[in-house]
Amino acid sequence: MKAAAFDYVRPRNVAAAVDLLAADKGQAQLLAGGQSLLPLLNLRLASPARLIDISRLPELAMTDEDDATVTLGAGVTHAMIEDRRVPDPSQGLMPHVALGLAYRAVRNRGTLGGSLALADPAAEWPAVLAALEAEIGVVGPNGRRRLSGTNFATGIYATRLAEDEIVTALRIPKLSRAARWGYAKLARKAGAFADALAVAVADPRRGYGRVVLGAANGPPLVMTEAGRALAGTRRDPEQLRRAVETDLDSAADRRFDAYQRRLHRAAAMRAIVQVIQ
Amino acid sequence: MTAIRVIVNGAEVIDNVAPRTSLGDWLREGRNLTGTHLACEHGVCGACTVLVDGEPIRACLMLAAAGEGSEVRTIEGFDADPLMMALRDAFHRRHALQCGFCTSGMLITAWDLIRRGKASSAAEIRRGLAGNICRCTGYTNIVAAIAEAATAAEGVGDGE
Ligand SMILES: Cc1cc2nc3c(=O)[nH]c(=O)nc-3n(C[C@H](O)[C@H](O)[C@H](O)COP(=O)(O)OP(=O)(O)OC[C@H]3O[C@@H](n4cnc5c(N)ncnc54)[C@H](O)[C@@H]3O)c2cc1C
Ligand code: FES
Ligand code: FES
Repeated sequence: MKAAAFDYVRPRNVAAAVDLLAADKGQAQLLAGGQSLLPLLNLRLASPARLIDISRLPELAMTDEDDATVTLGAGVTHAMIEDRRVPDPSQGLMPHVALGLAYRAVRNRGTLGGSLALADPAAEWPAVLAALEAEIGVVGPNGRRRLSGTNFATGIYATRLAEDEIVTALRIPKLSRAARWGYAKLARKAGAFADALAVAVADPRRGYGRVVLGAANGPPLVMTEAGRALAGTRRDPEQLRRAVETDLDSAADRRFDAYQRRLHRAAAMRAIVQVIQ
Repeated sequence: MTAIRVIVNGAEVIDNVAPRTSLGDWLREGRNLTGTHLACEHGVCGACTVLVDGEPIRACLMLAAAGEGSEVRTIEGFDADPLMMALRDAFHRRHALQCGFCTSGMLITAWDLIRRGKASSAAEIRRGLAGNICRCTGYTNIVAAIAEAATAAEGVGDGE
């Protein structure tokens, strides 16, 4: 199908985009890579009066790096991460994830910021950035603020971002060389959205352990018991398996059916095994 | 209407487009470049794949208005390209198309896979084609044709 009519504006900088968004509250929508928004427009599931094209704003394309963190602009594309054209804070986790996200033609335009702002429950970046404890920088009419990447998504397609705010950048702590990660995406075909998704990260030097599930009937699910077990020095597979079961039991509000629970358990254990092997 | 200036297959084009017009519709209806095919119009089939600034993208998921200042290359824009000639030849000999609806997207995707060195095995080619749907061939001959062109193109289109 074809999109319904709308106006199109391309502001020169982020400040101008903020003004436009505030002026048109509720009527306008930001356009980044368009790889989620254009399908919604073409299917007429969305019909904003105006699109504000932020896809080429230099401020959103910037990257930065210091000893402890990497900052990636919201406009960094999946393909830039895949190709390592931007610094990688994650010892290869993010490029590996990008490679399995959608298809190259989609990755060439789709952005980190768009993925986070949309908060599709099955998307990769919200879960990965929660596992890396990223911080999300946003700007709105009342200025800038930083939000935790761990609980940025609050539900299915819902986030802490206000209607008139723009995601500008992600600040991601670097994993040390001693860190290990594991990743499992269960999907019906290469590049399709996940049916289950698990990210496990352990950085013994920082005493850091995290296991996060995606595609979990809601925002990314932080598995606290499994994460704690993974942070320890003596990691026994049987104990980790029990921790995963405890975490799945505590997630009763996600209402996993028996099949989903098996999928999530399998994804979590595959990711964990990659870390401890 | 939004004014745009775009390089299409090497030639500058200046036009006015309705904001909602996709790049794919503009190429077909505004430029008569009907080699770009639109099917699903939500990003899953790959039939509409074209190059923008040298990289493959979905022409159904990009607004023509957003193409301002960029360089677009469609299947019609590859005539003298050695890698594309090798691919066309291999598709022809290997019977890698039937109705041909998916073919322009397949060729451009394959061209990009070979150029990036991502066509080194049948498994890698299949992974790279996951976003291009063909309802006729069953893929076997497409994969074989791309593998053949990749081998033939070593040292020609590869390693740019
Ligand atoms: C065929 C196909 C398969 C896909 N498969 C996957 C997959 O397996 N996994 C996955 O994670 N994704 C997948 N995607 C989605 C893709 O990753 C999108 O690129 C991403 O979800 C949105 O990024 P975008 O830049 O394209 O955003 P857009 O589509 O431009 O925007 C999405 C939403 O976010 C808002 N927005 C965009 N940028 C900002 C910002 N900086 N600040 C505030 N709001 C903003 C927009 O207003 C809009 O509401 C797929 C897409 C397609 C077409
Ligand atoms: S028509 Fe663009 S991907 Fe199907
Ligand atoms: S040849 Fe008919 S869809 Fe591929």
